[in-house]
Amino acid sequence: MTAGLLFLLVFCGGFSIMSIELLGGRILAPYFGSSIYVWGSLITVFMLALSIGYLLGGRFSLQNPSLKRFGALFIASALLTLPLLLAGNLLMDVVFEYVEDPRYGSLLASVVLFLLPTIALGMISPYAVRLLVDHRDESGHVAGKLYFVSTIGSALGTLLTSFYLVLYFEVNQILIAIFLALLLCGATAFASGFRQAAV
Amino acid sequence: MRLLLGLLLVAASAAGAAERTLHTERSLYRNISVIEEDGVRCLRFTVKRRESRQSCIDMADPDRLVLPYTPIAFAGLAVNPQPQRVLVLGLGGGTIVNVFDQLFPGIEVDAVEIDPAVINVARDYFNFSETASQRVYARDGRVFVRRALRKGKRYDYILLDAFNGDYIPEHLMTAEFLEECRQLLSEDGVLVANTFSSSRLYNSESATYHSVFGDFLNLRRRLGNRIIVAAPDGLPPEDTLRANVESIDADLERFGIDLVRALSLDRGRDWRRKARLLTDQFSPANLMKSQGDSDE
Repeated sequence: MTAGLLFLLVFCGGFSIMSIELLGGRILAPYFGSSIYVWGSLITVFMLALSIGYLLGGRFSLQNPSLKRFGALFIASALLTLPLLLAGNLLMDVVFEYVEDPRYGSLLASVVLFLLPTIALGMISPYAVRLLVDHRDESGHVAGKLYFVSTIGSALGTLLTSFYLVLYFEVNQILIAIFLALLLCGATAFASGFRQAAV
Repeated sequence: MRLLLGLLLVAASAAGAAERTLHTERSLYRNISVIEEDGVRCLRFTVKRRESRQSCIDMADPDRLVLPYTPIAFAGLAVNPQPQRVLVLGLGGGTIVNVFDQLFPGIEVDAVEIDPAVINVARDYFNFSETASQRVYARDGRVFVRRALRKGKRYDYILLDAFNGDYIPEHLMTAEFLEECRQLLSEDGVLVANTFSSSRLYNSESATYHSVFGDFLNLRRRLGNRIIVAAPDGLPPEDTLRANVESIDADLERFGIDLVRALSLDRGRDWRRKARLLTDQFSPANLMKSQGDSDE
């Protein structure tokens, strides 16, 4: 039961990462255009954030790993998308004002808007490995399954967002949905953490 | 099937007999080719195996505007017949920029082209050259417009002619972008946009322009392009348009530009009023375009 829940949450995390990255292209375009380097900036920042996230997620799992802390990662991810939601244009205005070159402008704006939430989202997978692995023998198998689920989530997040969601919804509506979904994930993990502690 | 393919190949090679490929290149954004046929040289972008002619010149008569939409791109002169500062987004072969320079020698013409490879091709194959007053910037159009606004620049004539081979880039179709363009226009400025959408996107595109500019000239050719002519605070009255056309008509003749005919293409508000506006938050133009193509 808990394992199934963990996989579902990891799936949501993977979905959110790529959905946000794809919307990132839309969010940056009014300020920095849609030149190839805008996508370059975005992808660089997401990769960088994920690598940092993996590192921190593994480190975080060393101390009293629990479902509650796992849930906290989702809540943190959700909250860290708030600057993007509430002050995205304001922040890009400032970057646009001070950085003339759209390459470095888009890179800096990507850092400001996407680095922190993506780091938090990147922490989810390694932390889930720690929660699911009981024996060393199965660790590779569990990790493999988790990456599978997380990356399938990313694939679907990319596909649904670019094919369908942008056709019916505004960028911010999709972001709010992701924000709420992440909060819900966090709350679910939290609740089942409590139940587990009670049992 | 194989026979059909064979026939097609024969037909293609027969048709291609007079056609010479002068240059092909895969740039960062598209496949570019320069083809010459019967003395007419064209710049083509290939996307999804469909080629589209972006710019053409007649080598024997370089002043002649070959593509049928190009004369109509000058319809904005009916609103402002003496522009001093012109901004063209989307250089192509540079033919339109060249005509502006010949019509009004010495005026400031800024061209913005995202693809440096296109700029080089315009220079090498289409007699485009930069001068002190005629400059080209390798930028994204939206970034240029924002930067220009911030610097307090104003233009009398803005031509939106940027295509990515498929259609207009989505961030250059939104109400926010058009509002930025509106602010970049001088008081008696004019905005001209080259479009060729159909069905669902046509409705949204038209409604978006109308939400920013109010009524505009909706110049539709029977096939293909539709040219929008809009002014920042609404169009001048018809008498003024007619007087402006008369004042400049003679100079335009040698380029084959006929403003009277161009203005006669106005179809008024022929789109669905309630169409959803394109904004920075909602701009699935390319998806809408492919939808429209299939259900109409």
